[in-house]
Amino acid sequence: MSELLAIAAGVVERAREGEVVEAYVGRARTTEIKAYEGEVESLSSAASAGIAVRVVVDGRQGFAYTGAIDAAALEETLEEARDNARFAGVDECNTVASPDGVAPPELVMDTGKLAGTPVDRKVELALELERAARAASSLVRGVETAMYGDEVSTSAVATSTGVRAETESAVCYLATYVMAGEAAETQTGFWYGVGRTVDELDVSDVANLAVERAVRMLGAKQPSSRRLTVVLEPFVTAQFLSLIGSTLTGEAVLKGYSPFGDRVGESIGAASVTLVEDPTDPDAFGASRYDDEGLASRRVPLVDGGVLRGFVHNAYTGLRSGQGSTGSAARAGLSAPVTVGCRALALTPGTLSADEVIAQVGDGLLVQNVKGLHSGVNPISGDFSAGAEGLLIRDGQIAEPVREITIASTLQRMLQDVVVIGGDVHHLPMSAAGLTLAVGDVTMSGK
Amino acid sequence: MLEHDLIQRTLQAALRTGGDFAEVFAEDRRGSNARLDDGRLQSFNSGRDRGVGIRVVAGDTTGYAHTADLTEDGLRTAAEAAAAAARGGGGGTKTIALTRVEGPVVSPISVLPESVEKDKKAELLLRADAAARGEGSSIRQVIAVYADSRRRILVANSEGVLAEDDQVRTRFMVQAVAAGDTGMQTGYESTGFTMGFELFDQLDVEEFARTAARRALLKLRARPAPSGALPVVINRGGGGVMFHEACGHGLEADAIMKNASVYAGKVGELVASPLVTLVDDGTVGPEWGAFSVDDEGKPASRNVLIEDGVLTDYMWDHLRARKAERPSSGNGRRESYRHTPMVRMTNTFLLNRTEDPEEIVRQTPNGVYVASLGGGQVDTATGDFVFGMTEAYLIEDGQITDPLRDANLIGNGPEVLRNIDAVGNDFAFGPPGMCGKDGQSVPVGDGNPTLRVTSLTVGGTAA
Repeated sequence: MSELLAIAAGVVERAREGEVVEAYVGRARTTEIKAYEGEVESLSSAASAGIAVRVVVDGRQGFAYTGAIDAAALEETLEEARDNARFAGVDECNTVASPDGVAPPELVMDTGKLAGTPVDRKVELALELERAARAASSLVRGVETAMYGDEVSTSAVATSTGVRAETESAVCYLATYVMAGEAAETQTGFWYGVGRTVDELDVSDVANLAVERAVRMLGAKQPSSRRLTVVLEPFVTAQFLSLIGSTLTGEAVLKGYSPFGDRVGESIGAASVTLVEDPTDPDAFGASRYDDEGLASRRVPLVDGGVLRGFVHNAYTGLRSGQGSTGSAARAGLSAPVTVGCRALALTPGTLSADEVIAQVGDGLLVQNVKGLHSGVNPISGDFSAGAEGLLIRDGQIAEPVREITIASTLQRMLQDVVVIGGDVHHLPMSAAGLTLAVGDVTMSGK
Repeated sequence: MLEHDLIQRTLQAALRTGGDFAEVFAEDRRGSNARLDDGRLQSFNSGRDRGVGIRVVAGDTTGYAHTADLTEDGLRTAAEAAAAAARGGGGGTKTIALTRVEGPVVSPISVLPESVEKDKKAELLLRADAAARGEGSSIRQVIAVYADSRRRILVANSEGVLAEDDQVRTRFMVQAVAAGDTGMQTGYESTGFTMGFELFDQLDVEEFARTAARRALLKLRARPAPSGALPVVINRGGGGVMFHEACGHGLEADAIMKNASVYAGKVGELVASPLVTLVDDGTVGPEWGAFSVDDEGKPASRNVLIEDGVLTDYMWDHLRARKAERPSSGNGRRESYRHTPMVRMTNTFLLNRTEDPEEIVRQTPNGVYVASLGGGQVDTATGDFVFGMTEAYLIEDGQITDPLRDANLIGNGPEVLRNIDAVGNDFAFGPPGMCGKDGQSVPVGDGNPTLRVTSLTVGGTAA
């Protein structure tokens, strides 16, 4: 047993008669390097560790966390969780996970390679990225951000019901945000690359795409309002799918917050829409052997040929709905209670390239970026309204850039209005993979 | 939190390889929160996080390391890591005399939340649930959240600064979900202050919850928001987010010094309607973004950013101010000891003018009345920003009429500031906000009197 799992197991072994206890122990080492005008602007690196404990007793649950894993911290956290449980409401379905016999996928995470990469190499990547972005076009005015970041982490979950699970993860990324301009006009472009090791990062690709996205926006104007077909770039599609995923959780459904809650077996999308939550796919950045309650990851069909098949569940929603956990417990950090969520959503791809999707759409709007999804999308009512920038599509070709627009519809309509799904799958460090996606009958607001 | 001598030895270790500046930031944060959902108090959660972040600056390079190991060895290791990251030349031992810096007392606390029994916190949530559900059977769900935090910080640096602060925050929010023929709608109400549990002496929890419920019920008959450019009137206390996005972020010196803001090089110029006087003020306790000293040990202060439409100054942290050879404005903040400080807003607000708010509406033939805004987002280099409206109505013939479904609005900061043609005399602070920047989240406040923008693009679906 590894050190972290031993710590977690040590805590749950102290469960008293009538108590169910879960311990989640995490440790991470992070590096972040920013380059600016040929110099290292900042370099941060640190290791951190912490524990979150859940105690369920008589149907009441309490949580507590501490940003340390020494013996005193463990004892104090367990006691605090116990005390908190006394004040919570009774819900017979409150529970931690129990072993369910599902074997975890054979995911091999080579965290050692990234952990062993010297800092100098990472510094060089950040500096190279900044140089490459500056050199990519004579129109580049400045590179606001050029950064390298990584995180190597391990988490362990143990429960007094017998769960023992450990997950390792390594991810590194490059990201840059550039400004390009002519005369009084400035436009910005952002791009990034991710990998499990630094060898998977392509500096010139990241720099060139960020600059291209800024340069192609030069001359952008605000168009007049109209309804049209939008073609979402993969980065935007992934954000859209993450929103859809948040409506397909057992928690949203059981509490009546999902616009799709009572629609299982019905058509909620175009026939081309097949959506799966698959954290067993080694290509997905959200792939992991176990979920955040220590159950094995598994493939969960959500929408099949447009028909809603089911939802993702954690131990609580699985018990309450009678569906069982789908290994989809999630935590937004140590200090947050367990919820349920998707981490590796995938829309089944079509066959067309991005250019072919644009050609097929004929007239519309290519959306390269959206803003304000947190403020303009209501996942309960389904209202969708986002700030956007992109390029108009005319006669199957990319035409002039447009800015200061919003695109609006509802999540329900957008699933029904999917017209083309591209074949260009991009794995992103988000809860969904991206691909080019065309959605009809969206309102573009401008002048 | 840390012994004086230990701080001095740590700063010396941090500068041993020749950094120009070193800083020790210690933080001890405790918090508790409780969430009611689906008619039940789902769980009680509490925790503690403490540690130290060490920053070393050599030339233009900042090195940063943090640790939860507060022993002398732990601190020395972190200091050496930060120093190695900054890679200064030279070296030697520097002696640092620390002098205590006192900030203003902005938010005296009467009742520390940690001293309050947990069942009292639980009871608030149950009361809110009952009151919201009492508004009618169309209210299908209620989420109520109570949260408190106490954050004690100590900052010391190689310029001799030694400062401490004890920041207590308490917040409460209710979201009601109503169901009707048009599907589900949500109504939201939140409050939060740099106060202790005495917040609830002044808060009518039942009325607060009923307000959230009534908003959800009203929105059941909401029409889709319009699509296109329209005059927009923003309610008092409801529109601070617009200024936060339209110009606040663009006035942060880190964006300015990288020329990544539309407001760079514009000090002394008219950048807004002469009706606009915008202030960022960390001293206005008990507002949500108030503190005594910032996360670099600088006392909070009141900074006028725009006066009668003329840009007067930017907001500064230590690093950017040092480079520009001027003092910091007390805007150096960070999410926690795990994060490097940067320029952040505190409480950002538009000052009163003279107009009667009702007259502003009457003088608007057609447009949108925004009672409450959600979050927003801005690209400082272009000035384009969005913000969401969570409670809004149509204005028809100078009258507020039908409620509207949620949507974003989009505008360009400098254009919107110039297009403010009416500002009322009814200033109010807005609800508590959390501002995200570069992956760090900090509490901020905002406020405004009723105002009108002659044209903003409303991102709905109705023609």
